[in-house]
Amino acid sequence: MSTATEQPTYNYKVVRQFAIMTVVWGIVGMSVGVLIAAQLVWPSLNFDTAWLSFGRLRPLHTNAVIFAFGGSALFATSYYVVQRTCQVRLFSDALASFTFWGWQLVIVLAAITLPLGLTSSKEYAELEWPIDILIAVVWVAYAINFLGTVKIRKTSHIYVANWFYAAFIITVAVLHIVNSAALPVSLTKSYSAYSGAIDAMAQWWYGHNAVGFFLTAGFLGMMYYFVPKQADRPVYSYRLSIVHFWALICTYMWAGPHHLHYTALPDWTQSLGMVMSLILLAPSWGGMINGMMTLSGAWHKLRNDPILRFLVVSLSFYGMSTFEGPMMAIKTVNALSHYTDWTIGHVHAGALGWVAMISIGAIYHLIPRLFDKEQMHSVGLINVHFWLATIGTVLYIASMWVNGILQGLMWRAVNADGTLTYSFVEALEASHPGFLVRWLGGVFWVTGMLIMAYNVWMTVRNTEAKPVAQTA
Amino acid sequence: MDITDLRGISAIMVMVGFMGLVFWAYSKRQKASFDEAANLPFADEDSHNSGKSKLENKDHD
Repeated sequence: MSTATEQPTYNYKVVRQFAIMTVVWGIVGMSVGVLIAAQLVWPSLNFDTAWLSFGRLRPLHTNAVIFAFGGSALFATSYYVVQRTCQVRLFSDALASFTFWGWQLVIVLAAITLPLGLTSSKEYAELEWPIDILIAVVWVAYAINFLGTVKIRKTSHIYVANWFYAAFIITVAVLHIVNSAALPVSLTKSYSAYSGAIDAMAQWWYGHNAVGFFLTAGFLGMMYYFVPKQADRPVYSYRLSIVHFWALICTYMWAGPHHLHYTALPDWTQSLGMVMSLILLAPSWGGMINGMMTLSGAWHKLRNDPILRFLVVSLSFYGMSTFEGPMMAIKTVNALSHYTDWTIGHVHAGALGWVAMISIGAIYHLIPRLFDKEQMHSVGLINVHFWLATIGTVLYIASMWVNGILQGLMWRAVNADGTLTYSFVEALEASHPGFLVRWLGGVFWVTGMLIMAYNVWMTVRNTEAKPVAQTA
Repeated sequence: MDITDLRGISAIMVMVGFMGLVFWAYSKRQKASFDEAANLPFADEDSHNSGKSKLENKDHD
């Protein structure tokens, strides 16, 4: 059921561009991740070069996978979903094109400035002020284009996926603009507009809502379109999706302080952040159950549809990491887990298991439709990719759990006379096997992405030839 | 009335608002329109494809 030719009125060009770049930036961002994971196992891999040092490449990795890979996936799917569920062409082709090229420019500038060591030092908001302004302009253009398309829709309802996408776009604009407020002292250096504990709180209000709105609400928009579409049945409960939306939107905003437990942040703020994080379990699982139950009565489809398997397993990882997150936000648990590899493992359970897997499922769904093909070049290779991604994620998070608990216990161990039992280096040495397994998980992931790139290339490359064959 | 009362009242208002939303979402009156909304991912194919009828909404709950 190819539909690309049936809707000549839709703007698929920008969707194709972002879909292809999702694969490209996925490979780039994850390869940098594998490199820095390897540096932790074999430190000489930084080649004694400042540009290749862990401290500079780590923000490059996070920016590339979140904003380049994840961002491109969100742009591609949101532009596709809003057109198809509003049954109207994008509000503006020019703005669509501007958002594509503007976003690619942001990514290239990030790839240049971060290895040079130019950073505002705010986590997930490292880019310096000129790039921040470019991001804000591109983002506002994106918001106008998306909301404009919703406004001129031909349908009476605004489908729930578009609610999630709209919340993601609007909130990210607010978060980015507020947190990036800074006083420039030169073209490449600025100082935050906030100071002390307020700066820390503004940063983690941004940081946690980047998780909540960029990495959750946006991808839930994806879930509400692609899971029903791939399963060929409507979402389990539309009522639940409405409650899910409002509960999630209202709760996420307050969870940021759990990143600042046992710091200079006022104690009541920490406790509030912990309680709101615990409450977050309810809307998170409500959404997960809604996605999962969409398959009720159609579970057999998982047996021979690896795309659906990507989408459903991503929901399992979403459920798992949204259980783990509230648990880690409890102050006593956080006392053990904070600053350890457990946090890194938790992030990747969400980032690889949820965000990346649902994006990959959505892209595999999109590519044949965008390029007017029956299906992907090889369904078998999608299956290979699925298993590489699943095993890679499990290797990654299991090794980081072991490392995290090990580090937490070693750091807090004290002798009878009150001195520390272990030095930091002893805990680091004990983490070495875990680092190796984590690197291996990353290698599995990049291998899977390379297979995806080959599969996409083979699907796309004969685009011009096919219509001729069809009409003959 | 001090700030603590205001905090208490706002918490109750949010709770009432949320319960109102739940009652609205689960009321019988909304069922038909929600069923239509839930079928939007499939609707544009139907309108471009004469083989399927738009009235044959897929049902779930």
